[in-house]
Amino acid sequence: MSVTTRRRFAAVALASVAVLAVTTACGDDGDEGGSDGGQITLTVDVFGEQGFGYEKLYEQYMKDHPNIKIEERGKGMGLGDYNTRLTQWMASGAGAGDIVALEEGTIVQFKAQKQNFVNLADHGAASLESNFLPWKWNDGKAGDQILGLGTDVGSMAICYRKDLFEKAGLPTEREAVAAQWPTWDAFIETGKKFQAKSGKVKFVDAATNTFNSILMQTAGNGTGYTYYDKSDQFVLSSNPDVKSAWDLTVKAIEAKLSAGLQTFSDPWATGFKQDQFAIVTCPAWMTGVIKGNAGDAAAGKWDIAKAPGNGGNWGGSFLSVPKQSKHPKEAAELAKFLTTPEAQLEAFKALGNLPSSPKALEDPTLLASKNDYFSNAPAGEIFGAGAKDFKPVYLGPKNQAVRDAVENALRSIEQGQRKPAEAWDDALKAGEAASK
Amino acid sequence: MTTNTADRTRRGRPAHHAQPPRPRKARGNFGTRLDLKTSPYLYVAPFFVIFLIFQLYPLVYTFWVSLHNQPLGGEGEFVGADNFTALMKDEQFWNSVYNTLGIFVVSTIPQLLIGLYLANALNRKLRGRGFFRMTMAVPIITSTAAVAIIFGQLYNRDFGLANWVLGWFGVESIDWRATKWASWIAISTMVDWRWTGYNTLIYLASMQSIPKDLYESAALDGASARRQFWQITVPMLRPTIIFTVIISTIGGLQLFAEPLMFSSGSGNYTGGTLRQYQTVTMYLFENMFTRFNLGYAATVAWALFLLIVIVAFINYLLTRRIGSAK
Repeated sequence: MSVTTRRRFAAVALASVAVLAVTTACGDDGDEGGSDGGQITLTVDVFGEQGFGYEKLYEQYMKDHPNIKIEERGKGMGLGDYNTRLTQWMASGAGAGDIVALEEGTIVQFKAQKQNFVNLADHGAASLESNFLPWKWNDGKAGDQILGLGTDVGSMAICYRKDLFEKAGLPTEREAVAAQWPTWDAFIETGKKFQAKSGKVKFVDAATNTFNSILMQTAGNGTGYTYYDKSDQFVLSSNPDVKSAWDLTVKAIEAKLSAGLQTFSDPWATGFKQDQFAIVTCPAWMTGVIKGNAGDAAAGKWDIAKAPGNGGNWGGSFLSVPKQSKHPKEAAELAKFLTTPEAQLEAFKALGNLPSSPKALEDPTLLASKNDYFSNAPAGEIFGAGAKDFKPVYLGPKNQAVRDAVENALRSIEQGQRKPAEAWDDALKAGEAASK
Repeated sequence: MTTNTADRTRRGRPAHHAQPPRPRKARGNFGTRLDLKTSPYLYVAPFFVIFLIFQLYPLVYTFWVSLHNQPLGGEGEFVGADNFTALMKDEQFWNSVYNTLGIFVVSTIPQLLIGLYLANALNRKLRGRGFFRMTMAVPIITSTAAVAIIFGQLYNRDFGLANWVLGWFGVESIDWRATKWASWIAISTMVDWRWTGYNTLIYLASMQSIPKDLYESAALDGASARRQFWQITVPMLRPTIIFTVIISTIGGLQLFAEPLMFSSGSGNYTGGTLRQYQTVTMYLFENMFTRFNLGYAATVAWALFLLIVIVAFINYLLTRRIGSAK
């Protein structure tokens, strides 16, 4: 019995080796461009409900480079979960893909360990500067090292429910809607008007969304930084921009304009379906999130208008190559390919992620593009204008942790657990603890 | 019984014992002796090797890291006991200890009592007993993530089933994530739904090994069912109760997935806006993954380890008294 088993095993093993040899041989045959001949697999780590919209680009790249196979991971994974996983990979020095996507709030954290990333300047990225908006290019650098190449930018606009605006007696045309709110104060006044007639429907989804948008814009026009100044000193308590964004947001909360939901939570997702709110402050990538959460039933009910104030940015990502990659050279080439103006346009077509390349932002197809889910709003034009108006804001190394603390304080007012003054003290204290 | 077995042994064995040990050839002697001496160690070695690699080494290494100011992905700086002294004064840490112990008490006491009650009910001659016993195991094999998502929806502020039912009794909508008590109760129901059945099965197995004649003689003496339960069942279950209490202590103090998934969305390691339900493990993760203080996270881990040892010991002392005060 055992002899036959062993013999059978040997036969299977032999057969597999034979099959393997044949496949490898085939792979070699098809390989024309590869210098060292071997077939390699590059893993790309992305995040978000719908990934980065690179499917067509991968296909094209694999066609042009037959020795390279691309695998993507992380589509459908939230940013928080992704960051946890990424942190583990980077801390343990194993597990990360050959290319990892870093969100703008994530890349600032990893600048402190730039030694664990490949300097893309060593792979000819230095000449690509003109491919990116100047602030996006700078955000991707850690000192002299090119840590990440920009993919998309968030920009800023307001996504609103036309049907709910109409019920509340407000204008519904996107120009007329934007004309009501030249400033954030006017935005809050509009909210009060809306709320007077809307019944249970709230004006905005969450105070934290409004706060982040106001803060990024105010800081862009003011100090140019938020919780940390440009020398990484913790300035939550002393930065006037943070306080003025806070005060405006508190005004909105006190006017009961917010549905008080935690963003990216399940109740928030339910809120889209149950018509709990009429507005979401909207970076370009948010359009995909709204579409996913609100579903087909709400198609054509949403529209996009210009945000109050001038320009803004929330989110947007970079592609980096960790040092632990076994194929840094090939990975860097792929990262360069995925961030060319043409590739960014392709991702825009796929998912609506706004390019970070000025050339792509001026591309006629982008400017002429309409988002049919959002009542054929000229998304490229609206978001493109917002991105170009935006003045850069410096984010410190523990931006995310401090932001969580401030957001929690704001939500504790929404929950009725804290008065605004108490919540501000909480924010300072918890922010301080988080910044250490 | 006993004599029977003894007889059988006596009758069966002598043949072997009577024969003098066969003299071994010198050649095999060394090998045999080596075999006799070392093989027991080899048999138990896999456990200890795995214990060493996956339990002891991390424990010691975590302690080593906790003595450093260790950022993520960089070189650590030795700071001695600084992290531990900082931890002693850390309000957020003590808040998380308070929450953990609070949720532990709110969830474990009903869990064990209900488990005991259910086991007692299932131990009787009941129609469809097998079916009921089997259903006890269902929650255990359900994934925590699924449980958390379902319960998260039950306790939704605006459209949750819990608030809907409470609405029948004129109770206003509760924001389950806003206050300590509401969130503790919600999380405890989640934990209990999952683990009560587990304890029930353990109690049930143990109950079945209690000799029936004890109950029969008690019944003859006129003891009521209730009295039988408290005077016979509970004292006889004492070792089992101690076991479940210690296991629940370890599980309860390491509570993580339920409170974490109770608030989905961004920044959920803080467990509520005011850390209403942040447990120690969540605080550990917050230090690790949002603050990137590996050294401090390791300190929290060690503090948690000590906490579990202390609480488990107190629980042992308390439960040891069950039934002993007759």
